[in-house]
Amino acid sequence: MNENYFYHALRIDHKICFGCTLCMRNCPTEAIRVRNGKATIYENKCVDCGECYKVCPSGAVYVAEDDFQSIYNFKHRVVLMPSVFLGQFPEDIRASQVYSVILEIGFTHVFEVEASAFLHSILSNKYIREHETKKPLISTFCPAIVRLIQVKFPALVDSLIPIKAPVDFTAIYIRKKLIEEGANPEDIGIFYITPCAAKIAATKSPVAEDASTVDGVLNMDTMYNIVLKEIKQKKEFNKNITANNDVTSDCVIFSLTNGERRLNNFKKSFAIDEIHNVIEFLERVEDDEIEDLDFLELRACDESCAGGILTCGNRFLINDRMMQRAKKLAERERNGETSRRKAIMNEREYLTQNSHVGRIKPRSMMVLDEDRSVAFQKLTKIKEIESKLPHTDCNVCGAPSCHALAEDVAFDRASMTDCVFMQRNLEKRGSLKVEESVEIMKNIWGEDKLKDYILNK
Amino acid sequence: MMHTEFIVVEGDFANAGKASSEIKKTLKQLNIDNQKIKKIVVAVYEAEVNAIAHAYGGTIFVDLDEEKICVLIKDKGPGIPDIARAMEKGYSTASAKVREMGFGAGMGLPNIKNNVDELDIQSEVGVGTEIKMIVNFNS
Repeated sequence: MNENYFYHALRIDHKICFGCTLCMRNCPTEAIRVRNGKATIYENKCVDCGECYKVCPSGAVYVAEDDFQSIYNFKHRVVLMPSVFLGQFPEDIRASQVYSVILEIGFTHVFEVEASAFLHSILSNKYIREHETKKPLISTFCPAIVRLIQVKFPALVDSLIPIKAPVDFTAIYIRKKLIEEGANPEDIGIFYITPCAAKIAATKSPVAEDASTVDGVLNMDTMYNIVLKEIKQKKEFNKNITANNDVTSDCVIFSLTNGERRLNNFKKSFAIDEIHNVIEFLERVEDDEIEDLDFLELRACDESCAGGILTCGNRFLINDRMMQRAKKLAERERNGETSRRKAIMNEREYLTQNSHVGRIKPRSMMVLDEDRSVAFQKLTKIKEIESKLPHTDCNVCGAPSCHALAEDVAFDRASMTDCVFMQRNLEKRGSLKVEESVEIMKNIWGEDKLKDYILNK
Repeated sequence: MMHTEFIVVEGDFANAGKASSEIKKTLKQLNIDNQKIKKIVVAVYEAEVNAIAHAYGGTIFVDLDEEKICVLIKDKGPGIPDIARAMEKGYSTASAKVREMGFGAGMGLPNIKNNVDELDIQSEVGVGTEIKMIVNFNS
């Protein structure tokens, strides 16, 4: 297995987690186990999709974020705001209000991430046209999807479009502009408001690059709370501040499902959202079952970034607000009230030079061992163990399925006797004491769950 | 040596690809080259579809070791009268119904041959066909 460790923003607070198994059962890569009554994550299997966060009933799964105060380490404090952030706010709050509040709570500059989406799209489409042999080409916009392909579909890694995300382009652009205006590079702090954990992970340890383009990441729900509180408490707004207007109408909805696909005109392309849907489709793509496929836009969340785990409110409402905003912008563009040509396009050449990410490497979690003969021994062992398990996928062993337990046993991460059916059989045979079984269960589920409730009632 | 079997039901196109997909999963775990996995999957899938479309169902036997994979598809008839012709590209005996579903283009056996290292076809009209294919991992 690959030793490369990746930064993960998803964490589990063991003080809150009570070992309910919901996250473990919903994890699309079987990356979670229950140990000592708490959910724990196998870091090399986690793709930061956030399914665990979505289903956790107790709020034990959380997303690590940078301290807001860290913005004050910089003289020039830039916030990169994805369009989906504006979609959080109710209809009666205007974009200019949000801009004005952001500038009052400590930032010196606000930019909308999707300012560079148009350029991103031009470069992606060019790459797709120039790499016929690698088809179908897959978007790298969603970092959870990139990680999913690395660990689960290594054969498709070469189909990933190795172009930076819009957030990187916009960050590079702003940094250049501020330096040209005389800012000291060390004084520039660029902060990104993220709708999900995957984007944090990708920012903290870029998938194929050396350094991140942003200096910090702020969670969207945190920012939403800060901004909305200001808006609610204030009566007056600085009327001189207006929204930057640096995004075109079609790019405002870039992060929604079909956002990328709508900006190209390839013959056969698909836009698929929600990670289980994506996995199902990629199984087919991997087998070459779908012919003449040009492009795939794949997003881990249902309704794409509108369904990001750190967004506030209902994903369909967020989607609708963003669509409405795009519609209004398109009308203004048609009426000539605003230009479709944005300032960022003046830096097209510079951004293009800096557009490529390094080679994205597979880091398969499927491979049992690099050495085929060792892998074969492991595989034989797993099959043998699996054949003895009950195939109930009951989760009582602390693993998401009997297969997962068999794998854990083969890798010495668990024991056959973790299986409750195995325990009964051994007890019947007299080779395991009931007290020993209880001890095993305590190791998996913690002391509390094994308390003698019946007698103490 | 690891042995697995899959049952193929006549006319059950809806479940075509079950065996090849299971085989793919296993081979991925063994760190086999991706291109090689693809070839094996294509060959097994073709044979699976053959047994579903043309035969009265059958069984797929998979034998796997460190060096190679051997897949044997035994069907229950009707058998191939002229194997040499069946190996020609574009030759097909598929019914209109099967063709309508997008199968039966006459590329099945030639396609299998292109993707495996060894191919052996034994067939007796009225009894059935046995297709044995071997792919070496080191070749």
